[in-house]
Amino acid sequence: MTNLSVDELAQIEQPLPGAPNNWQRFFSFSTDHKVIGIQYLVTSFFFFLIGGIFAMIIRGELITPEADLLDRSVYNAMFTMHGTIMLFLWTFPSLVGLSNYLVPLMIGAKDMAFPRLNAVAFWMVPVFGVILMASFWVPGGPSQSGWWAYPPVSLQNPTGHLINGQVLWLVAVAISGVSSIMGAVNFITTIARMRAPGMTWFRMPVFVWTVFAAQMIQLFGLPALTAGAVMLLLDLTVGTSFFDPAKGGDPVLFQHFFWFYSHPAVYVIILPIFGIFSEIFPVYARKPLFGYKVVAISSLVITGLSGIVWVHHMFASGTPGWMRMLFMATTMLISVPTGIKVFAWVATIWGGKLRLNTPMLFALGGLVMFVFSGVTGIMLAAVPVDIHVNNTYFVVGHFHYVIYGAVVMGLYAAFYHWFPKMTGRMYSEGLGKLHFVLTLIGTNLNFFPMHPLGLQGMPRRVASYDPEFAFWNVIASLGAFLLGMSTLPFILNMIGSWVQGETASKNPWRAIGLEWLVSSPPTVENFEELPIVISEPYGYGKTEPLVANPDRLEVAHESP
Amino acid sequence: MNPLEIDASLNPESPTNPALDPHTHPEHTHDDAGNRLFGFIVFLLSESVIFLSFFAGYIVYKTTALDWLPPGVTGLAVREPAINTVVLVSSSFVIYIAERFLHAKNLWGFRVFWLLTMAMGSYFLYGQAVEWRGLPFGCTDGLFGGTFYLLTGFHGLHVLTGILLQGMMLLRSFIPGNYDRGEFGVVATSLFWHFVDVIWIILFVLIYLWQ
Repeated sequence: MTNLSVDELAQIEQPLPGAPNNWQRFFSFSTDHKVIGIQYLVTSFFFFLIGGIFAMIIRGELITPEADLLDRSVYNAMFTMHGTIMLFLWTFPSLVGLSNYLVPLMIGAKDMAFPRLNAVAFWMVPVFGVILMASFWVPGGPSQSGWWAYPPVSLQNPTGHLINGQVLWLVAVAISGVSSIMGAVNFITTIARMRAPGMTWFRMPVFVWTVFAAQMIQLFGLPALTAGAVMLLLDLTVGTSFFDPAKGGDPVLFQHFFWFYSHPAVYVIILPIFGIFSEIFPVYARKPLFGYKVVAISSLVITGLSGIVWVHHMFASGTPGWMRMLFMATTMLISVPTGIKVFAWVATIWGGKLRLNTPMLFALGGLVMFVFSGVTGIMLAAVPVDIHVNNTYFVVGHFHYVIYGAVVMGLYAAFYHWFPKMTGRMYSEGLGKLHFVLTLIGTNLNFFPMHPLGLQGMPRRVASYDPEFAFWNVIASLGAFLLGMSTLPFILNMIGSWVQGETASKNPWRAIGLEWLVSSPPTVENFEELPIVISEPYGYGKTEPLVANPDRLEVAHESP
Repeated sequence: MNPLEIDASLNPESPTNPALDPHTHPEHTHDDAGNRLFGFIVFLLSESVIFLSFFAGYIVYKTTALDWLPPGVTGLAVREPAINTVVLVSSSFVIYIAERFLHAKNLWGFRVFWLLTMAMGSYFLYGQAVEWRGLPFGCTDGLFGGTFYLLTGFHGLHVLTGILLQGMMLLRSFIPGNYDRGEFGVVATSLFWHFVDVIWIILFVLIYLWQ
């Protein structure tokens, strides 16, 4: 059996050789990248729900102009914890989980380069999650200085206790950083050195390219944040004066450390989403990815440029004019490689025979949301506009379109697309579509009103506001509650389908890619014999096979 | 053979390409020692960014701070730190010799020079402790005090880590046959030591020479 077409291969029903017959392994210290991947995904989704509840509490406060639901300090803690959890405990770990699951399968490796390091990096996530949540029980409660922790606000310690919310926040973020650097070392080594025979750089799926690019940012950006966090921690605990203006310190320097990493961090989460889009559009449009090589390389260009844009977060921090111009230019420049990707996806879909399954719907929705956020992003890159809407809800609206509209929708697309591979079961298409409709309406109801609010001048980070802003705030809050509800069909679908969904074949989408050549779910070793790759990854409509030894792979995934 | 003719076996898609034969192709994904060394170098690159960030902070403070040196402090003595620098930088050559001895399977040569490296590193730490004890300012004395102790302390922690790693590698040399299957630990420790040395040279120039 050597020359089976993708369709014929898809017809071969498989038993479930690697089926999770023992669910306890998902709670154990496993070194299997697939188990660790799912551990990451489930843990991060748990924190997504907590961060989401915080978001609804915030929107509950903002449904009326008065600060009548929460104490103001509790409100501050809520938006601080919401932002911190959503970034450090939801988007980062969920994408690391997805990458963990997919990268070795996609490049034809049996595991990550350092399996034990991988497991240790994962187990640090619940640890720093617990440290962060523990701050609710220390005197003074959690940090109230926002997820960016700007001094001098973050240097205030009215309780006088050494263990306070801000210190726990810094310790948690530092552990998150160590975990992420471990992950970055592992991913970069795996991708650079563990590819199957014949898997050249330009035969790698774009998702792997984007993970590589994103992990380069983690590797070179995170240490800057760590440096700033260490100095802030010393200011708080030992009494040094790095960032304390009262003692001659420079609080703006912290902003440089913080944004040198935290702006590129946006690309750490959006780049793999670009990878997900690049995997999904060709499958459901039945066409090769348009401009594969350019799309792949543009990821590295984004990584390179991401290191020279951070000052656009500081246009209003007393930055001199020449520096504003410089960073306005670099920020706008980054829209070029990003735009190339958008055009490539549109060209891929163009004239294709689209199958509007749930993953495709989420990918299309995510793409539209991303284009919208890209337009407002370019507006914010322009210094005059940025100065005008600085610290208003316009900024909040912009990044929530990126983070919820593009990243969360892209994640959902990935969850549905690879669900059959991970579980060996099919999800419910009806529940999936309901989930998509609720998410799309909720996202726009929640985050669109923030744009007019911002243009009218409503400041962010406030618990009460002028009644003239009430109309759009009520709509945004209703959208937030709808978004909260939208997760229910998803949870029902994932758990229900995993337990008793229809059995999935190894390639239900008739997709091209090494991960679809092995059984669903894959065996512990992924490939008993490594695949020998002989063509590019997106040969839809072409006749050449992806690997030279499909018959040998057959042996691998038929074995129990 | 016509020089313009390309050997068919070099074409990655040619059926005669040895890479396509599953029986002859080595499973390069199991080159664990190579992976570990590659991963360690990647880690060191990341580590260097933390130091670069601290250096950047130091330069910004030094060039912009209104009050740089603490009151009553005119500068740092350079002579003792310079001796310390010479000792630390020389130890990079000593550890290289130790590595060569191990490579040549001369275990006692390795142990002697390895121990000498540890001694030189320890002397450096001792010298730094003596310097710290004699300084008239602490880490809470303004920006200079803070950055001085942050940079030298963070580097000192790395030296200490290096010495501990060297101790581990030395002990392992007494396990029979420990280094027969590869010397990753020794190579990585040695790389780490060179890294710590290079960082110190930059630090010495920034803090002691650029006063």
